[in-house]
Amino acid sequence: MITFIIRRLIATVFLLIVVSMITFAIFFLIPRLAGQNSYQLATQYVGRNPSRVAVLQIEAKLGLDKPLYVQYGDFLKGIVLGVHYNAGTSVTYCPPPCFGYSFKSQQPVWPQMVSDLPVTISLAIGAAVLWLVGGVAIGIVSALRRGTLFDRFSMGIALAGVSLPIFFTGLLSLALFSYKWPIFPNITFVPFTQNPLLWARNLVLPWVCLAFLYAALYARLTRAGMLETMSEDYIRTARAKGLPERTVIFKHGLRAALTPILTIFGMDLGLLLGGAIITEYTFSLHGLGLFTILAIQNQDLPEILGVTMLAAFFIVIANLVVDVLYAFVDPRVRH
Amino acid sequence: MAEPLLDVRDLRVQFPTDDGLVKAVDGLSFRLEKGETLGIVGESGSGKSVTSLAIMGLHHGSNAQITGHIELDGEELVGAPAGRVRELRGSKMAMIFQDPLSSLHPYYTVGAQIAEAYLVHNHVGKKAARQHAVDMLGRVGIPQPAARADDYPHQFSGGMRQRAMIAMALSCDPELLIADEPTTALDVTVQAQILDLIWDLQQEYHSAVMIITHDLGVVAELSDDILVMYAGRMAEYGRAEDIFDEPGHPYTWGLLASMPRIDEARLERLVPIKGTPPSLIDVPSGCPFHPRCRYADQTGGRSQDEVPALRDVAPGHRVACHLTADQRRTMRAALLSADASRAEAGTADAGAAEARAAEAGAAASPITGGDA
Repeated sequence: MITFIIRRLIATVFLLIVVSMITFAIFFLIPRLAGQNSYQLATQYVGRNPSRVAVLQIEAKLGLDKPLYVQYGDFLKGIVLGVHYNAGTSVTYCPPPCFGYSFKSQQPVWPQMVSDLPVTISLAIGAAVLWLVGGVAIGIVSALRRGTLFDRFSMGIALAGVSLPIFFTGLLSLALFSYKWPIFPNITFVPFTQNPLLWARNLVLPWVCLAFLYAALYARLTRAGMLETMSEDYIRTARAKGLPERTVIFKHGLRAALTPILTIFGMDLGLLLGGAIITEYTFSLHGLGLFTILAIQNQDLPEILGVTMLAAFFIVIANLVVDVLYAFVDPRVRH
Repeated sequence: MAEPLLDVRDLRVQFPTDDGLVKAVDGLSFRLEKGETLGIVGESGSGKSVTSLAIMGLHHGSNAQITGHIELDGEELVGAPAGRVRELRGSKMAMIFQDPLSSLHPYYTVGAQIAEAYLVHNHVGKKAARQHAVDMLGRVGIPQPAARADDYPHQFSGGMRQRAMIAMALSCDPELLIADEPTTALDVTVQAQILDLIWDLQQEYHSAVMIITHDLGVVAELSDDILVMYAGRMAEYGRAEDIFDEPGHPYTWGLLASMPRIDEARLERLVPIKGTPPSLIDVPSGCPFHPRCRYADQTGGRSQDEVPALRDVAPGHRVACHLTADQRRTMRAALLSADASRAEAGTADAGAAEARAAEAGAAASPITGGDA
């Protein structure tokens, strides 16, 4: 078990290095392959109507004139150790993990992302709890009462849930519950540490909308998994032993049906932690998702790079957690 | 005759489907005495497994319609409350299945799965149940049972898994053990071991055993009685010696001819039964076997029109066939002599054929072919 975890950890470190290489390549290699030289690259970092001196200064400061492998080394070093940017006259220090300075705000990217992180985490975790509990419960009941009114009704809703985008359900719920009947007025993010009650109240609508989308998917997955599992031979064995139906369903059926869902859940959560872009945009919650949108709108390369790395990091870590959990759940993986 | 342990009378199991009513079991009756072994033989789809699942009350959740009587030790199971059947399941009647890997839960240890079966029917603590599971594993011949009890099914070999299944089934000392194709998924070398194990345990526990198979060779070793099923009905029923020595139904002849035999140096090809088992939605009129029967034209059209009744051809030996006793005897004799001549034609020298004949006679196995 411990060797398994260590193996997975090593694999994860390698994966992160590969991720950093790919991200680096996207931002620094591909423009060159497309014919840009380091001067043109540097121009992007200077602002409108740059003077040649300013561009050359930036080129030197960011090290764009160095060979690519040196640049990649610096890039990694910046993330791990921080960077001293030498602009000739002054030296600015960007503490680790350094993803560079935002074009727009002239601030290091990392602290900005960190300040947006609680919003995204609050949103993702809250919604995840909702959809996991709701979706799985509905899925189980649907599977066990297959073909009944409940099954058809909930699967119909689930179909709607999968099909309706957040910008529809989100705007609709805002219009109804924030404006027409102001049960949840003035949705802004309030940190949990500041006022847990207000934190929760303001997040109810985004949670429900985001969870609805996923719960629908999970209900369908759970239903399908449960139906498949309940027709397995070992379920027949469990019944042949004379176990009560409750034990058959929950101990033997659900255990096996939920295991694959664990994988998908880990991936979904990891993906969401990188920013629930549409939800955050719809509800104007300033999390990583909105951060990403603004970064793209502003063509703020360091910000885009930073958020890309962070999102990739979350997914890789989620992968690791799922793998380890899976080994706990499924003995066949352990041995 | 004493009260039988299992008394099945006019059992019908039907499944309504969109294509029509599937008559999986159609009026089956048989009895099983305590401590006896009944072999149920037939091709896929002849209703063997459906019958066993009906006895166990495991047609749960399907839309099976079960009528008739299944009495276990005098207690009617058809229409009995689900809770009562559940209590009997695993304690008074137990079942082992064809594929031991898929029949064991992959996420629980073998020991825990056996202990679970014991716990549900006995008021004992977890420790006692585990100890019982270890004992059972030892009894079915698993080495180091205390250590292996903590293994998961995937760490067991195929034969050991089936042993574990048997341990699970016998953990509550059932009076009836149903083995549904217990060796089909196993290596040939392991098959014999498992059959031996079932035999030994039956002697030890005095359970009645119902062994379901498509392989006559399997039942030959174990069974007291044999029931040959075709299209959900009984084709032939009798003591094992009767079935092997004096088989009465052309279908049984076909089964015997298509069975590989290693006790004889048989050189001719195996003879398959032509055609395929009939659809159970649209069972052929008259005798369900008539479209595949070589002798269907010898009954003056009755094969097509009339369902053959079960007739006693000898005490305790019943056959559902329109052929008269004389017809059967002649045809069987012709079949056997054709067999023999084909065998001799295939033999390189006549000496081998003689040796074969001598060996077959000396083997005194229950599988020696009829009047040969």
